[in-house]
Amino acid sequence: MNNTQYKAPASVEKAIELFSGAEIGGKLLAGGTDLLVQMHSDMIAPALLIDLKKIPQLRAIEKEADGYRIGAAVSGVELMNHTGFCTTWPGVMDGVKLIGSLQVKGRASVGGNICNASPAADSVPPMIAAGALATVVGPDGARIVPVEDIGVAPGRNSLQQGEIVVSFLLPNQLAGSGGAYQRFTPRTEMDIAVVGVAVNLTLDKAGICSHARVAVGAVAEKVLLVKQAGDALIGTRVQDDATDNLVTAVRAACRPIDDKRGTREFRVQVAGVLARRVVATALERAKGSGQNP
Amino acid sequence: MATGPSPWVTSFDYEEKDLKVIGKNPADRSDALEKVTGRARFAADYNLPGQLVGCVLRSPHAHARVLSIDTSAAESLPGVKAVVTRDDFPDLQSEVAAAGELMVNYRDVTRNIMAREKVFYDGHAVAAVAATDRRTAKQALKLIRVDYDVLPHVIDVVEAMQPDAPLLHENQFTAGITPKPDRPSNIATQMTSKLGDVVTGFKQADLVIEREFNTKPIHQGYIEPHACVANYTSGGGGSAEVWASTQGHFVFQAQIAKVLQMDISKVRVNPAELGGGFGGKNTVYLEPLAVLLSKKSGAPVKMKMDRNEVLRATGPTSGTNTKVKIGVTKDGKITAAQAELNYQSGAFPGSALALATMTVFTRYDLKNVLVVGHDVTCNRPKVAAYRAPGAPMIAFAVESVMDELAEGLGMDPIDLRLLNAASEGTKTHMGGTLDRIGYVETLEAAKAHEHLKTPLGPNQGRGIATGYWFTLGNETSGTLNISTDGTAAFIYGTVDVAGGSRTVFAQMIAEELGIALDKVRVIQSDTSSLGFNFTTAGSRGTAAGGTVAVKTCRDAIVRMCEIAARIWDVDVEQVSWKDGHAVPAGANVGEFEPLSVADLAKQASWYGGTIAGHAELNVAGGGPGFGAHLVDVEVDRETGAVKVLRYSIIQDAGKAVFPDYVKAQFHGGAVQGIGMALNEEYIYNDKGIMENAGFLDYRIPVASDVPFIDTTIVEVPSPNHPYGVRGIGEVPIIPPLAAISNAIYDAVGVRMRDHPMSPPKVLKALSGT
Repeated sequence: MNNTQYKAPASVEKAIELFSGAEIGGKLLAGGTDLLVQMHSDMIAPALLIDLKKIPQLRAIEKEADGYRIGAAVSGVELMNHTGFCTTWPGVMDGVKLIGSLQVKGRASVGGNICNASPAADSVPPMIAAGALATVVGPDGARIVPVEDIGVAPGRNSLQQGEIVVSFLLPNQLAGSGGAYQRFTPRTEMDIAVVGVAVNLTLDKAGICSHARVAVGAVAEKVLLVKQAGDALIGTRVQDDATDNLVTAVRAACRPIDDKRGTREFRVQVAGVLARRVVATALERAKGSGQNP
Repeated sequence: MATGPSPWVTSFDYEEKDLKVIGKNPADRSDALEKVTGRARFAADYNLPGQLVGCVLRSPHAHARVLSIDTSAAESLPGVKAVVTRDDFPDLQSEVAAAGELMVNYRDVTRNIMAREKVFYDGHAVAAVAATDRRTAKQALKLIRVDYDVLPHVIDVVEAMQPDAPLLHENQFTAGITPKPDRPSNIATQMTSKLGDVVTGFKQADLVIEREFNTKPIHQGYIEPHACVANYTSGGGGSAEVWASTQGHFVFQAQIAKVLQMDISKVRVNPAELGGGFGGKNTVYLEPLAVLLSKKSGAPVKMKMDRNEVLRATGPTSGTNTKVKIGVTKDGKITAAQAELNYQSGAFPGSALALATMTVFTRYDLKNVLVVGHDVTCNRPKVAAYRAPGAPMIAFAVESVMDELAEGLGMDPIDLRLLNAASEGTKTHMGGTLDRIGYVETLEAAKAHEHLKTPLGPNQGRGIATGYWFTLGNETSGTLNISTDGTAAFIYGTVDVAGGSRTVFAQMIAEELGIALDKVRVIQSDTSSLGFNFTTAGSRGTAAGGTVAVKTCRDAIVRMCEIAARIWDVDVEQVSWKDGHAVPAGANVGEFEPLSVADLAKQASWYGGTIAGHAELNVAGGGPGFGAHLVDVEVDRETGAVKVLRYSIIQDAGKAVFPDYVKAQFHGGAVQGIGMALNEEYIYNDKGIMENAGFLDYRIPVASDVPFIDTTIVEVPSPNHPYGVRGIGEVPIIPPLAAISNAIYDAVGVRMRDHPMSPPKVLKALSGT
């Protein structure tokens, strides 16, 4: 019988060593809210579980010179309890707070949410909109990967053999920045996004949008960074024409499927609706964020 | 001792009296602490030494002929102790038996628990394995080779009714049609319910509205998956003991015995604490497999389903297609009402069609009614009862049409219902006339409700709908033992399906005997300790079980009066029972101090022996219940999302024995109805495979989806219950679909006639306006 082994290394090096041992089918365990469910429903039967939660680097939330760095195994609740991070990145927290239930968030990590590569993952669009950068370490060393380049397709990410995401850097923003995320679900909680839209934007002193990133979830095989949608806002006061252009760009980028969670038609339509709503919230937050670094 | 013949059915007349215990909320509910601390033992919590784990191999096809099953590789896997397939089960002939509110046919029961000639749905059991652990059992399932000849399938009820539809049962000719049709059909039965003449009735109408509605299948969504432990012993000709998650252990006992061709008396079923059933645990699935695996392996076998199995293979309700036509005069009097009901029965015939056909219009006083219904087989799990089986879907149609009629007439929707309300003496289209009922009182309480005065904002709307359901009686037995310290233990044979039976029985016993509530203990029986009890279904728990509790008390009181007579040395006729004491029947009997239950129990041993009360009754049906629901919703015009803002339930409980718990039943039913209305549905792909077999995508509501639900208990006592009790559990699931649909119309002007009223459907309807 193939019994599952459990290892909890205390360092990134040790974790990589275990994970890159090619002959055994190992799986990385952070919160386990995806992995354990897959195991219980007989979808996977890994020979080795490598628990990352004992590695200090993966559990830290640090304010660095370049921005906030969060360990890949930091749980949703740990982020929710970190006042500094919540104040600086309310858009990311919009997404984190929507993951599962409170109990699920007590275990689930943003790192796991991103590496699990579900196009509907709630923390991914706001992390992409925030311009978050992942530090990925593997047998051949470390590299920096933008979050939008991690997910490839449902359940498939771009990490190479033996690579582990150690942390994410959310780079400092200018004053006048704000972000927001909203999703559509039939239920109020314990649900999976039918569509999710995140916006992160910056207004200059004159109230003109100088920077904007828009990410849309559950409308393609992966979460999409929609450059045209962000560009629709840049150089504008983010008023009617600009948001109309944003909505058009968001809808144009959507390439969803019909499935049990929603129809193609519905997803495209609602992506535009949410984009407009999310921009309104982001704008409000940007205007009230004068004190941001 | 000379006694008269036992009565066909028994009921006790309602007596108006001052109540000390009934109608008040007890400080603690006997089962609550165990449940909230995790100590309550559900079926999966039972374990026997040396037990094996049983798992089921299920069909990956919606419809296929099973050509061969090769279990040899599985059987030779180390750790595998037994494998069973169709070859291990005797074939059974057509034989119908009651199993709750729906009937079962043993020919089909045996084919549903283990496929024989064909698999009829995704998830249909084809083999079961018992092994030393779950992983081995699962691995063994993968080694079983099944050769299928995959056949075309049909899911939708209307498609299944077409002459060229894939046929499930080659020998099924529609019953209820004369002459017998010359070709087989998926329409198992055609049924009619008729009163007066609708043709004449519709001629008298000034306004006639006819609409068509469709609903998707819904699952009961009980939190506890099916589970059992079975132990077969070969001594004494073979006997079996089973611990099961069931609403009717006696019915399970009979079903297990029939399917395995055992003597009923040699099967003992112990009902575990029930984690929800709602009608879905009235028939066996795993239990006969576990018994047979135990017999083959010589060890106890435990089986439990996971949620995927529960959703794919156990009883949902029917998906339905219904057409309702109602005619009214310009004054609002209904002149005729007609309905066509097409109900999916799933793999085998026997949906809730009969119940739906009988009850379509029963809350209204009508002279002309015609209902024609079809029970239609299709490639889905065999449907099971679900809380007022078949009723929410047809109420969706009837109450939506009533709303349109009220609008067309310019009448208040409650006034339209009041004008046509059934009351005592109303002749129903199911046959018979209604006793004293509380529909008018319920409607009047709804009309006076403060809810109706709340102003509504933009995109908000209000809906009302009503529902009716009957209360089953049936075989019910119980035993009351009075201990020598004067405390009472009541052993009941219904199942405490909703967690309230133990408390309400104790309340009734405390009331009858005049002892404190905490001196009564109520204990669940197994099948060996009482006479046959029918399944706890049809809202009969408190009504029928309570009637038996009362009868056992009255039986024990007769015994206690005899003991008092011996103590006082008087004739038994000279003793009467008053306020919990034996007292002299008149002044001329003599000067005796009243004797309490404790006094009598203490001396019983010297004056006649054990005090107990028994009842084996065929209880007459309790009084029907009626409810009205008021709901406010807000519709997001851009996404189609419907938010329930406010919800009020007004329902006649006859008498609320435990009022807080009655309210909880109202809440539970309404929340299931809200879930049904807004999001719940089975989603099948083009191969007939269920795509949302889990609670992530089968969307029952979460707590934050519903507002706090206001409740008003109306009390019009049932004349046929000693305390006036009416069944209350099923009525509250009936009105929500229609109430919400009517509210959506009030909010945004679209009539939703296709269920569920999910955001994509609402958005699409809005874009069409």
